[in-house]
Amino acid sequence: MSFDLNFIGILIGAIMASSVPLILAASGELITERSGVLNLGVEGMMIIGAISGFALMVVTDNLFFAVIGSMFSGLIISLIFGLLTQSLLTNHVATGLALTIFGIGMSAMIGKNFVGIPGKEFPLLFLSLKESIPFVGPIFFGHSIILYFAFGLPFLTNYFLKKTKTGLIIRAVGDSPTSASNQGINVTLVRYSCILYGGAMCGLAGAYLSLIYTPQWIENMTGGRGWIALALVVFATWSPIKVLIGALIFGGITILQLHMQAVGLRIPVQLLSALPYIMTIIVLVVISRDSRKIKLNTPTSLGQIFYKEK
Amino acid sequence: MYKLFLRSLISVLFFLGFSLNVNAEFKVGFVYVGPTGDHGWTYQHDEGRKAVEAAGIKTTYVESVPEGADAERVIRQLAQSGHDLIFTTSFGYMDPTNKVAKDFPNVKFEHATGYKREHSNVATYSARFYEGRTLLGHMAGKMTKTNTIGYIASFPIPEVIRGINAMTLAAQKVNPDIKTKIVWVFTWYDPGKESEAAQALIDQGADIIMQHTDSTAPVQVAEKAGVWSFGQASDMQRFAPKSILTSIIDDWAPYYVERSIAARDGTWKQQDTWHGLKEGMVAMAPYNSAMGDDLVKEVEQLQKDLASGKVHSFTGPIYDQKGNILVAEGAVADDGMLAGMNVYVKGVEGDIPQ
Repeated sequence: MSFDLNFIGILIGAIMASSVPLILAASGELITERSGVLNLGVEGMMIIGAISGFALMVVTDNLFFAVIGSMFSGLIISLIFGLLTQSLLTNHVATGLALTIFGIGMSAMIGKNFVGIPGKEFPLLFLSLKESIPFVGPIFFGHSIILYFAFGLPFLTNYFLKKTKTGLIIRAVGDSPTSASNQGINVTLVRYSCILYGGAMCGLAGAYLSLIYTPQWIENMTGGRGWIALALVVFATWSPIKVLIGALIFGGITILQLHMQAVGLRIPVQLLSALPYIMTIIVLVVISRDSRKIKLNTPTSLGQIFYKEK
Repeated sequence: MYKLFLRSLISVLFFLGFSLNVNAEFKVGFVYVGPTGDHGWTYQHDEGRKAVEAAGIKTTYVESVPEGADAERVIRQLAQSGHDLIFTTSFGYMDPTNKVAKDFPNVKFEHATGYKREHSNVATYSARFYEGRTLLGHMAGKMTKTNTIGYIASFPIPEVIRGINAMTLAAQKVNPDIKTKIVWVFTWYDPGKESEAAQALIDQGADIIMQHTDSTAPVQVAEKAGVWSFGQASDMQRFAPKSILTSIIDDWAPYYVERSIAARDGTWKQQDTWHGLKEGMVAMAPYNSAMGDDLVKEVEQLQKDLASGKVHSFTGPIYDQKGNILVAEGAVADDGMLAGMNVYVKGVEGDIPQ
């Protein structure tokens, strides 16, 4: 194995690329959860985003429409979740699980006609810089625009939640919907918006998979990344910056274990594949010992149904 | 009056039942592990099913059936609903197939890639994919500049290890400096993971990528990175037109048609089939002219020799990684040894995961 700097740069670049869908989906879900809504349908919304992005790419031959369309379809699917949980007051957990099952089935049905069609090349930015600068080049350049967006998103989300009025309102709704409602905030409206935003981001995460990462449509192609994203939100204890770090760790484990195998190192592959989940459990144990740390960011009303008193 | 009515009713029902029985059409059922559109393993089995249909025999199929409890339920249901011959097309269907076969002695079962034939109505069949791997090894050995071949492997079962060994032996014959790097992904089908594995191998210096997994993701990564690759199970050429040198194609159609007709005509017998290039169950997609006319001719000759039996993929002397002799000079490995192969040959890097 060549341990030169450029190789390490390439490795870091690969880790970043693999963490993008996790960052996007987890950042979206984080906003949804901070408003007090637990949407377990991340996997379903991602897969719907993946198929609609790919289908639109094939039909319109336009990548811009494909990306926007995938976000829109993620939004539509999450609207179903919103209607059920916010207007019809169904249980969040059950509805979210149903949404995932629905999304996987629905995407397979739509996808029937799009199997086996090669994808289109997605433009990568600054390719010449990637080649010419060693180490730094492969890390910072030669990625798709969605990757740059994904890496900026946690910082934007952090700023939005902490420094803006809207962010404050979302947190207030998540922590105590009753008091927020008494202050004259329309809790249902806020929660609807957060659900829709989460849906759009999950749709985008799916489109990243079907348009850029493995440019084709394959049934069930999200392969459980939606569940890892959900675990990631908990792993990050609802803090956007930690989502970014967690996504890089989770993505890094996959890439590193493949590289270690390619060098011929003896490692228990199955253990490494299970590591993201094991780490999430460890984090859960650690944070539950320190109640001050959880309270900092945890939305207290997470998953609870809100009845407005008339 | 009442009795008369009852009697006529019974006779009508009896007649109906009898005529239904006579009219019961000969039907063949297929159970697939993946979606028919995977463009790999299941796709090829479905092409075989279509050939049976074209031969005038009615078929049905169930796709994406997980290996396990679900499989038995699906197979049982096909047997109950009047299918006369059922093909179960994945290794993991082995036990469920035999279990259902016991309860339906009049239904014939054909299980792909397995070895259990516990009842007289169960046959097994597989293809000598390793013959194709020998051809890939020859091309890889000639085409590589970095002397490093990247191999994406699914599960450590004899079938997969056999392919790795056959490829490495053939590559060593034309290029003694060759190294085979292997990444195990522990899935038949996960495009994301397969493409990450392909990228990891390319980053580690492999300029030839081959796979024993079913999606087209690895060849697409190879195309993007500008290295050579080989398609798996079906012709994947259009996913990576520049990069693919050829694909190993599983052609089940002739076998499926032959066995279906035999079952319909009552000449079906239990057997264990292991066909290769000779019978056409393993076929090669057109060779990429980018490797030069000379090499194409060489490979075509080798393909003919493998088919005629003049050349065997596992001809001694063959050594394992520690240097112990596996096959003596001049001898060839027998089918028993091939079927249970669980060690790497010399020249393969790393260990087989346990």
